Amino acid sequence: MRRFPLPMPVVVLGLLAAVLVGVAPQLVDTFTLMQWTVFLAMGVLALSLGFIWGFGGILSFGQAAFFGLGGYAYAVAAFNFPNSVVPLICAVVVPTVFAALLGYFMFYGRISNVYIGVITLTVTLILFNVFNSTAGDAYRIGAAALGGFNGIPSVPGITLPFNDYAFAPEDNWYLTGGCLIAIFLGLRLLLASHFGRVVVAIRENETRASLLGYDPRLYKLLAFVIGGGIAGLAGCLYTLWGAFISPTIFGLATSAQIIIWVMIGGLGTLIGPVLGAIAIQELITAIGTQQALDANLVLGIILLVFVLLMPAGVVPVVERLTSRLWRGRKLSRAAVVAAARDEIAVPMVEPPGGAPARAGE
Amino acid sequence: MDLVAIIGLNVLSGIASLVLISLGLAIIFGMMRIINLAHGEFLMLGAYATVVSTNLGVNVWIAMLVVSPIFVGLVGLLIERTLIRFLYGRLVDTMLATWGLSLFIVGLITTIFGNTIKGVPTPLGGFQVGAYRSDLYTLVLAFVALALLVAVVVVMRFTRFGLIARATMQNPNMASALGVNPTRIYMLTFGIGAAVTGLAGGLLAPVSGVSPTMGSAFIAKAFITVVGGGASILAGTASAAMLFGFINQLGSYFTTPVFGEVILLVAATVLIRILPEGITGRFFKGSL
Repeated sequence: MRRFPLPMPVVVLGLLAAVLVGVAPQLVDTFTLMQWTVFLAMGVLALSLGFIWGFGGILSFGQAAFFGLGGYAYAVAAFNFPNSVVPLICAVVVPTVFAALLGYFMFYGRISNVYIGVITLTVTLILFNVFNSTAGDAYRIGAAALGGFNGIPSVPGITLPFNDYAFAPEDNWYLTGGCLIAIFLGLRLLLASHFGRVVVAIRENETRASLLGYDPRLYKLLAFVIGGGIAGLAGCLYTLWGAFISPTIFGLATSAQIIIWVMIGGLGTLIGPVLGAIAIQELITAIGTQQALDANLVLGIILLVFVLLMPAGVVPVVERLTSRLWRGRKLSRAAVVAAARDEIAVPMVEPPGGAPARAGE
Repeated sequence: MDLVAIIGLNVLSGIASLVLISLGLAIIFGMMRIINLAHGEFLMLGAYATVVSTNLGVNVWIAMLVVSPIFVGLVGLLIERTLIRFLYGRLVDTMLATWGLSLFIVGLITTIFGNTIKGVPTPLGGFQVGAYRSDLYTLVLAFVALALLVAVVVVMRFTRFGLIARATMQNPNMASALGVNPTRIYMLTFGIGAAVTGLAGGLLAPVSGVSPTMGSAFIAKAFITVVGGGASILAGTASAAMLFGFINQLGSYFTTPVFGEVILLVAATVLIRILPEGITGRFFKGSL
């Protein structure tokens, strides 16, 4: 029998999160609950970039493109269809298809990571311009007017197909929390699978992975597409939360925030980006309530400080510290000191003259 | 006939503005392999320098052609010393750091000047082409763009600094072994790139609204031009600007300006699929 692919702490974390999502509406008022709902929706968005950047090694500066497309796809379809089945499908399918097209050009053109960043950023900005200029009656899709820079107000919420039940804020909370937990666990399972391990292998060494017979272009494209779909779902959850969407969703600020969440939380982890998203959203909300400081100013400084001083992010550093403490309890003190010295000393010891030190010379 | 002339003028101005907004980026990228995501904010700072100094009574031409480049050049030097020099060789980190810088500058300018759009009146008047009118200022933009390209050739080909800069560009270690100080060259290059960008920002201030977030309107086009052009500063920028300026203006003419930009992006994406190293990666290899 195969081993259960999720480690125990992850299962416990998932259960704990599920309980938390379940009881939260009983504990806090509706306003707080709605605020938390948008934090969790941003957590889903953070997971999408945390997956493709942290595990696929693809630095997408344009995750906001898929986020916004998902939101717009849901909003447009919600005006045109009586219940929410088709809109929900659209919210995932449209950004997925877009990611597939864009990814095909980028990965099969074998362009480097830096250019991928530039192109995804450019795509986001152009989408911003396009949606920004769709004011007027000429720009409507079925019953939905795109509304230009004013966006689409009063987007219909979720209604179920078999009865006329419309979702209340509590239901949106359950839906968003459920999606976050499901996607988190789903990505963990995916990473434990053969596909996930190949994706990580390509991040580690693309040439070696392709020499082993895996096509890096295909695997990167698939990872990118999965990330695009998840970001689209996040956009849909975001639109559901506010019943509103506008082109600012494609703006530089959104794109920058996603990068900052992942960077601060920690590259190469899944929990890090989620925690980073919640923390930064909380911070921005706090900045928004006072007028002295501009949010961009603070975000810029945070990003600069992390790039210069703590490029790994918070979660990996905490993990390393705790694992060192853990090891410390098991090993003797001397062994810990020796291990620590090994870890620190290797890059620092450089024999005078720069020549490699060899025994017997 | 008049229509052809006016479309021709539009294409010319499209090309000129692409050259202006992307040349500084191309200098920094071509020489230092650094992608400066704060490029749009350098343009914005140049535009603000022009607005502020004209409001203080400085002649608009001096504000655009002298104050803006000097101010942004100095800002560039400051940024290179305090930030960029710690990140050489770490390409992705440089992108992230310059992005943080871009947010910081936007936030700072918003805090100082507020989130409103300012403007400078367009100098010079218009002129008549048959039944159509056009701006004389368009011709100024085209002239400055051309002059900048010529200046790059002259500096790179015929001066000692150009020789050293080209050597550093090709092989920093070898140049350093021959007694050149690459740190100094990088510092100067970054400053010059920033100054050129500041000049472009000052020149574009009269034809576009000046606001803290105006950089994002230019940055996409600038990047597409530099990426499409490839590593060569001059041949890359010039050829990509010509190609994309032509496509953009024709697309705008037959549809709307917004779809002109979409057509530009689609064309650029297809181009990168065919020529991953840009136009100069394939055609003018090794040129300046």
